[in-house]
Amino acid sequence: MVVSVSEMMDDAPEVSVSGFNLSVSSIKVTEAIKKENSLVFVVGAQEFPSKKQHFVDRKFEDFEWLQQCLLMPDGIPGLQGIIFPPLPAKPCAFQSNTQEKMIKQLGLLGLDDDWKTYCMALEMYLQLVVSHTTLGKNQVLRSFFTQTQGPGGQAGRKGILNRLSQALEEIKKENHQDVDEFFRNERASNSSLVRLTKATTERLIAVVRTQQNIALACGHFSTTLHLGVGPDEDPAAKTFSKLSLKLSEIIIIVKKNFECVAENNLNILGLGLDLVSRYEESEKEMLFRRTCKLVELEQNSKNLEKAKPAKKANMEEIKKASEKEFRHISDIARLEIQKLHRVRVEVFQQCLTSWCEKQLHAARETSSILSQHLRAFKQLDSTE
Amino acid sequence: MGGVCKMGQKYKSGGKLVENSAVYWLCCMGCLSLSALLAPPTEATEEVSLDSPEREPILSDGPSPAITPVTPTALIAPRAEPNVIMVSGMFEQSLDELEEEAAGDSFDIQISVSDPEKVGDGMNAYMAYKVTTKTSLTVFSRNDFSVKRRFSDFLGLHSKLASKYMHIGYIVPPAPEKSIVGMTKVKVGKEDLSSTEFVEKRRSALERYLMRTVKHPVLLQDPDVLQFLESSELPRAVSTQALSGAGILRMVNRAADAVNRMTIKMNEADVWFEEKQQQFENLDQQLRKLHGSVEALVCHRKELSVNTASFARSAAMLGNSEDHTALSRALSQLAEVEEKIDQLHQEQAYADFYLFSELLGDYVRLITAVKAVFENRMKTWSKWQDAQLMLQKKREAESKLQFTNKPDKLQQAKDEIKEEIEEWEAKVQQGERDFEQISKTIRKEVGRFEKQRVNDFKVAIIKYLESLVQTQQQLIKYWEAFLPEAKAIA
Repeated sequence: MVVSVSEMMDDAPEVSVSGFNLSVSSIKVTEAIKKENSLVFVVGAQEFPSKKQHFVDRKFEDFEWLQQCLLMPDGIPGLQGIIFPPLPAKPCAFQSNTQEKMIKQLGLLGLDDDWKTYCMALEMYLQLVVSHTTLGKNQVLRSFFTQTQGPGGQAGRKGILNRLSQALEEIKKENHQDVDEFFRNERASNSSLVRLTKATTERLIAVVRTQQNIALACGHFSTTLHLGVGPDEDPAAKTFSKLSLKLSEIIIIVKKNFECVAENNLNILGLGLDLVSRYEESEKEMLFRRTCKLVELEQNSKNLEKAKPAKKANMEEIKKASEKEFRHISDIARLEIQKLHRVRVEVFQQCLTSWCEKQLHAARETSSILSQHLRAFKQLDSTE
Repeated sequence: MGGVCKMGQKYKSGGKLVENSAVYWLCCMGCLSLSALLAPPTEATEEVSLDSPEREPILSDGPSPAITPVTPTALIAPRAEPNVIMVSGMFEQSLDELEEEAAGDSFDIQISVSDPEKVGDGMNAYMAYKVTTKTSLTVFSRNDFSVKRRFSDFLGLHSKLASKYMHIGYIVPPAPEKSIVGMTKVKVGKEDLSSTEFVEKRRSALERYLMRTVKHPVLLQDPDVLQFLESSELPRAVSTQALSGAGILRMVNRAADAVNRMTIKMNEADVWFEEKQQQFENLDQQLRKLHGSVEALVCHRKELSVNTASFARSAAMLGNSEDHTALSRALSQLAEVEEKIDQLHQEQAYADFYLFSELLGDYVRLITAVKAVFENRMKTWSKWQDAQLMLQKKREAESKLQFTNKPDKLQQAKDEIKEEIEEWEAKVQQGERDFEQISKTIRKEVGRFEKQRVNDFKVAIIKYLESLVQTQQQLIKYWEAFLPEAKAIA
């Protein structure tokens, strides 16, 4: 795992009330198996400190259920101020899967036919959830990681994130003026970052796709060279065949190099960018929730002012409650935002460093192999 | 002897008995123009010329005196054109000598085509290229010289060479293709990437064309080639405007081939030719497939370059919006690295293109010339067979003479038929010689072609490998420079 979540989160999971703790670094989503019409992910985790291992099969619906449960207002003040670890988009149905469709649905995560990248994203999600101070204490995690039967499939539970019905109102509320300068700035900066990070991710997708295409074209070229080689009597034809085979070998090296470079782009840089991008979207949603609360608060204040004396006491209470809630949300949000800023920087650092190291390694390897071939070829040339 | 040849060099002279006629010849060893004479050489060298009936119907502006075999009987009917014909027996000898001489000379000639310059305006504009020759070969008067040539000059050269040498079995390298679209853009003055690429592609193709032509020991000595390389003024090749010489050659060959395949059933005595024809057919298919593969690769590389540049821009914008200083710097550096990588991709795309794509394209076109030469052999054989049939007919006619003519006219008829029989006997022998000659030439040419092919591909592969290694080493440098920036973020 390139981006080490446990390294990023200085807050180690504390011993929870029920005594159920997981070692963050042990959480793995090892593979995606196609069963019937859906994908099943193998999720593994190890308890801490007992070292008890758990392996369960989970479908995407189970992850969705988990996310919904985390969002349930649970009596935790200011839960709405949390920037929830982002869950990847739902994988689409199999039969009509083309790369186009996968990318449209899943973004960068759709580039890998083997679902390896997608599994890594799910893994990161789980690690982020478990290592979160508040979310990590949620009891549902126990059933998620240990129960053989998947908990999901319970449709219809709408968590706070459901905004399907909020279309026009959303836009109005989103632009609602903020009372606090810190949040004003953050909302502006978040808005632009969401856009830019998304654009950068999309451009990276294009780069990786083209690299994958080049690898395919190299393969095709190499095969054609091979096919042209037949039994030859003629010395010139024999030499030409030898040359063709040599060139074919070289093209395969080029192909492998491209595959490696593309993989690094996808699974290291891409994964990091994708995570950052989705996290920023998650922040956006949190900020929106807070803004909605602000709007509600301001509405309640107005109501209070306008209220008839009989209702005044009631209105006052409502107003005080929403004020308190708003304050809680803002407090949590502030912490979360600062944490996110730090996480963002760390993700980039780990990601860019690891990516650069891998690309450097690939370049060194390829350079060495090609140089060997060149030397051998020149020697061959001089002896013939 | 006081005579001078068309190039202004002094003639050497000699005589030879060929068949039953005494044919005298003058040879200029400088420009190698050979002239046949009907009578012993006198002060006023008289040149008798004729049209070669075997010549390809190429539109040509009268090539300079060259070496074209024709039957001796053609000498009997002089015509107006000042072209000069040789007798094949002699011709064979001198060209062989030529090749041996050339082989002795170490091949030391470098031609470069450079400095494309637009001349004129609007639709009459054209590109002038500088053709520079650097050589130590004695056939040239200087070691280092250059001239200005335009595209139609190259086409004109090719059409002359093709008309002189293709029908006797020499593989004349085809000239680069005409491109109406590409050229129009240049004429109209569109200074964009595609027209610059077009000019560069053409420049490179012209250079390769000339180098291939001079690599051929016989073509190198041809006066038209020498004139093309050396003389500052060249008469405009007007007949290349409609279609390029190579284009017409192909067109005519295809039509002729179609006819030939229907009518000529050659009894191939030499299995070598049959095998070789099949091999070339296979090679043609293979090269076309490879060409397609490489074109796809080049296309994708160009796309990668565009996408990488786009990604770099995005990363730069992201870096600019970032508050965290170190991260901002790292993202900007990322953008720079990606831009540099984009450059590399472009360069590599060019390498793919010029090293392989164009080379494969050249060979596909060369094979067309090879096929034409094989077809010419078939035509030569066919001509020989026709001559034999004709001779047969004349002999039959002779034996029937007794019964068909009145006694007083009989002697006249007998004389006439005897003359005709002699004429056709000579044609038959000439036909056989021509056939043997072209077969021999083709064998040699194919051997040379095969060697050249192997060499060209070997050179291309080495260059390609070198470019690949260089790309990787550049990448290593870029990554090594970026790594500390990435580490320094946090």
